[in-house]
Amino acid sequence: MAGLEDLYREIILDHYRSPRNRGELPSPPAHRSEGFNPLCGDEVVVHLLVEDGAVADIKIGGQGCSISQSSASLMSAAVKGKPVTQARALIRSFKAMMSIHEASLGNDGDGEGGEAGGTDEDDAAGGTVSIEDMGELAALQGVVKFPVRIKCATLPWNTLAQGLNEAEAGEQA
Amino acid sequence: MATMTDPLDPIVVAKDFPLLNRRDRERPLVYLDSAASSQHPSAVLDAMDRYYETTHANVHRGVYALAEEATTQFEAARTNVGRFVNAPRPATEIIFTKNATEAINLVAQSWGRRFMKAGDAILLTIMEHHANLVPWQMLAAEKGLELRYLDVDDSGYLDLSNLDRLMNGTKLVGITLTSNVLGTIVDQDRGLPAIIEAARSAGAVVLADGSQYVPHSPTDVRALGCDFLAFTGHKMLGPTGIGVLWGREDRLDAMPPFLGGGEMISDVRLDGFTPTELPWKFEAGTPPIAEAIGLSAAVDYLRGIGMERVRAHERELCAYAIRTLGARYGGDLRIFGPTDPDARSGVLSLALDDVHPHDVAQVLDEAGVCVRAGHHCAKPLMRRLGVAATARASVYVYNTEADIDALADALEAAASLFARH
Repeated sequence: MAGLEDLYREIILDHYRSPRNRGELPSPPAHRSEGFNPLCGDEVVVHLLVEDGAVADIKIGGQGCSISQSSASLMSAAVKGKPVTQARALIRSFKAMMSIHEASLGNDGDGEGGEAGGTDEDDAAGGTVSIEDMGELAALQGVVKFPVRIKCATLPWNTLAQGLNEAEAGEQA
Repeated sequence: MATMTDPLDPIVVAKDFPLLNRRDRERPLVYLDSAASSQHPSAVLDAMDRYYETTHANVHRGVYALAEEATTQFEAARTNVGRFVNAPRPATEIIFTKNATEAINLVAQSWGRRFMKAGDAILLTIMEHHANLVPWQMLAAEKGLELRYLDVDDSGYLDLSNLDRLMNGTKLVGITLTSNVLGTIVDQDRGLPAIIEAARSAGAVVLADGSQYVPHSPTDVRALGCDFLAFTGHKMLGPTGIGVLWGREDRLDAMPPFLGGGEMISDVRLDGFTPTELPWKFEAGTPPIAEAIGLSAAVDYLRGIGMERVRAHERELCAYAIRTLGARYGGDLRIFGPTDPDARSGVLSLALDDVHPHDVAQVLDEAGVCVRAGHHCAKPLMRRLGVAATARASVYVYNTEADIDALADALEAAASLFARH
């Protein structure tokens, strides 16, 4: 049986208590996307500045539980300054890390988490990142032992994926 | 020997509930989520088993003795449940549904469609469960009706100051007898008569949602004065899959059927059908027979304890919880709803500092304390309270002061884990 220490790792509590990259970016040029979990009311707002194929800046808004908010904070630190392709690889890898239970629960694609799924299909190109190479993000691995909380952890990532798609579509237009 | 005037002893009562013996991680279960669904005494489980083992056949169909016996038990369950709420005509005025939600939908789709027209208003309260909001919103969209709402004040009581104005043009009032979030009770002793009287003057019918009331208080539809009362089995020690609509016979008689199918007809031709009489007119298809028998056993069990004692026990436990939590957490813990135990049920919605309710519930679970976290199917009320969610503890006949102490201790663990420095 999973214990609380599997879920609330010190890194997670640290990012919850002192969230990184909190705030907003002027839009435009930044892109703003919102993710919402209607079950618990968690909300993540991702402000994304994509320049020259890279995540030039990212700011996080919204409110919610320790898992969704720390996941957003960890995510922002992980993708800031990275090429978009790397950010997408991280999204894929993170969702894969979370998908062990999510797939078996049939939780994908039911309209929650801001309808931002589908990253697997969207990104045939680009690789993935192993858990060992995910750094602090690996701290969220314990969440899969608490199936009802998986959506909390993936909410920011779905929102980021949606933001990247929209930002890139906007750049091309 | 204990008598009906002695206080209820929850430790004795709990022995009747097999599930409450469960141990998680070597800890006893502290079940504080009966407002979502209650547990079952052996008497209910045994009654259902006995029915399946000895009496099951489809009801109202066979002429053989077994089917006759099943029908007799099913109809006896109806009458018994009707008497529990003091229905004047329990054999005809009690409709078995799937749950309280279906009971409300029945009234919306049958009474509402037949008797409401564009421009009519429906008066609800902001503290309704989604089950008493969405069916009316669906009907309003379909028929061009106006939706109006009674507000709550900052203490969690209904604001009736605009009642007469809101009632003007209203054809139906939908009101919960107990908020599943605030615990606020609205009954014949607490605000309901003014609403009933205003509705009568306006020619409006009143549907009461008793889901959080009937399980916890003596219920008398004649004293309440409403036209319809909806409630559900699984919140009053009964099984899931069965709800109840009580309706005044003349109202029910005037209404067209809800669902169509077998059982609800007296004749079917190629060009149409003739509905049968009450109560079967509203019970299309094979009904939840074992569930009705289980609910009847639950009603017997509650009657055996005495509903006055149930209410008194929960009132005391609620007062103890407000005292205990207030003393330990003061302003760090917000308890929503009325602070007067006489005005509220044993539902305690909590907000601990800025710790998210899901995190609170997760830490509580580690201590074996089961509470509900979320919006409790009352999102408009959540918005009114300015929160996305709350953690909600709710008590019933088997809960003790020790359960409240366990809750208080576990909250401390949550507070210290998530404290922002």
